[in-house]
Amino acid sequence: MNVLVCVSRVPDTATRVEIGADGKSINNNGVKYILNPYDEYALEEGLRLVEKNGGEVTVCTVGADVCVDILRTSLAMGAEKAVHIKSEETLDSFSVAKNIAEVAKSANYDVIILGRQSIDFDSFQMVSMLGEMLELPSVSMVAKLDINGTLVTGERDIEGGKEIFETSLPAVISVQKGINEPRYPKLPQIMKAKSKPIDARPAIETEKYTSVLSMEIPAKQRVGKILTDSDSDINELVRLLREEAKVI
Amino acid sequence: MPNIEHHYMEGTFPMDMIPKMGEIGLFGVTIPEEYGGAGANYTAYGLAMQELERGDSAFRSFASVQNSLVMFPIYTYASEEQKKKWLPKLASGEAIGCFGLTEPDFGSNPSGMITNANKVDGGYILNGAKMWITNGTLADVGVVWAKLDGKITGFLIEKGMEGFSAPVMKGKHSLRASVTSELIFQDVFIPDANRLDVNGLRGPLSCLTNARYGIAYGVIGAAMQVYESSVNYSKSRIQFGKPIGGFQLIQEKLVWMLNEITKAQLIMQRLGRLMDEKRARNEQVSLAKRNNVWMALECCRLAREIHGANGILSEYPIMRHANNLESVKTYEGTHDIHTLILGQDITGESAFM
Repeated sequence: MNVLVCVSRVPDTATRVEIGADGKSINNNGVKYILNPYDEYALEEGLRLVEKNGGEVTVCTVGADVCVDILRTSLAMGAEKAVHIKSEETLDSFSVAKNIAEVAKSANYDVIILGRQSIDFDSFQMVSMLGEMLELPSVSMVAKLDINGTLVTGERDIEGGKEIFETSLPAVISVQKGINEPRYPKLPQIMKAKSKPIDARPAIETEKYTSVLSMEIPAKQRVGKILTDSDSDINELVRLLREEAKVI
Repeated sequence: MPNIEHHYMEGTFPMDMIPKMGEIGLFGVTIPEEYGGAGANYTAYGLAMQELERGDSAFRSFASVQNSLVMFPIYTYASEEQKKKWLPKLASGEAIGCFGLTEPDFGSNPSGMITNANKVDGGYILNGAKMWITNGTLADVGVVWAKLDGKITGFLIEKGMEGFSAPVMKGKHSLRASVTSELIFQDVFIPDANRLDVNGLRGPLSCLTNARYGIAYGVIGAAMQVYESSVNYSKSRIQFGKPIGGFQLIQEKLVWMLNEITKAQLIMQRLGRLMDEKRARNEQVSLAKRNNVWMALECCRLAREIHGANGILSEYPIMRHANNLESVKTYEGTHDIHTLILGQDITGESAFM
């Protein structure tokens, strides 16, 4: 079974993000980047499939030269090969999907697995776009996955409940947190990862459908005020509602 | 590090961590893969020790013993048969090792050891006692040093050998999450095959050099942990209407810590490369161990001051690291003995006696 796992390089969840000088990207200064946490679940699921059925996991990312670090992390976790589609420019979801679809077409992957979203842009679009571009069934938010031969069954999270699904390989699947517990890279694997192959190729030019116009940090939540039932506080409350909140 | 406070308070080692540490390759870091090791270099070993000691010195001590004091001598001085017998199990954590050099009356002066071996038919008879042995009670195999015809010689002791016992030492205020034991040998028969191929103090010292290197790297982790706690505390603790991080005296302490941690990291980065190139000298390892343990302990003291009364609570890692590092300062060559090693290296004059 050959598995393609799509991975993304995102700011560490503990990083305090600042907007860059251009007003539409984040300031990279001092920001630590990591393998997108949802993609760790995708990679773990891929590795388990291969451990059970044989074959190999290839990881793929679209991004700048620096993305090589998350590919090495993925190789250390157990992927055998990596494809690095290079683009210094941040591409929109359509371009990224188009580029991954090119990679997917060039080899016969039985299953393509992704994290449900990348935690930076949160667009949730990759799984559906890839399904459409490759004319394959796509299932998102998968919380439990069973593959027997070409039969795929599993559960996916839906609002307020879960849905049981069935489909067949080849397929594109995005996975939910909790589907498994991603492994820690082992020291010998970290050493081996240094010599595993990374196939680097330039991104293809595609149409662009979206562009970021501006970014802003959400305004800080206002600090609450606590007033008592004394006469002076009631007067203060009325004044605040009228002058600050402007609701009466 | 979840649960460590519990184990520290209870005086127990988190045994469930042993197979997990083995699985990710933290035992036998520099041992070749054919023996179950990770086949990585000393820089990787050092960084692993740093991350373990960020959690607790007990984890790093466990790994130091397993890696440098047990697997290293077995790999370097034991027969192929013994290597195959022990190294894969030690690497996975299935077997635990210990190292016996120090005795009740011989600490800084190991050459005076009383434990002795006598040649008999098919092996040796061992008599004596060792003290301050990390993991002694847990160990399946021990690298034990004894005098044979007046020369220090290494032997592999196995759990269950008749006349060998390893009672646990109680009442420690430091390294509470680590098991420390005595080793007692009463006419223990050791087969010929269990003798290590090395003579003189050179044998144990080669192990100690590796372990001390790991300690020098490890304690940086403890320093980083108390520094990080101090930074967070300084930003959130409000006194006189502002975060205490806004006061000059607090800032000076934070700067001192960051500065010293950075210097220690630079020493280790260089020393790690020298170890990898097999060019490191024992004295350089002494310098690093001496400086870095002192530095980490000073960081704990400053962190304790920054945290005020809260610094003594188990909610913060400060006192645990401080107490642990008090042991680390005097084990594997005391701070003072390393001073004498360096003094002799500089002047050519021994000040040991």
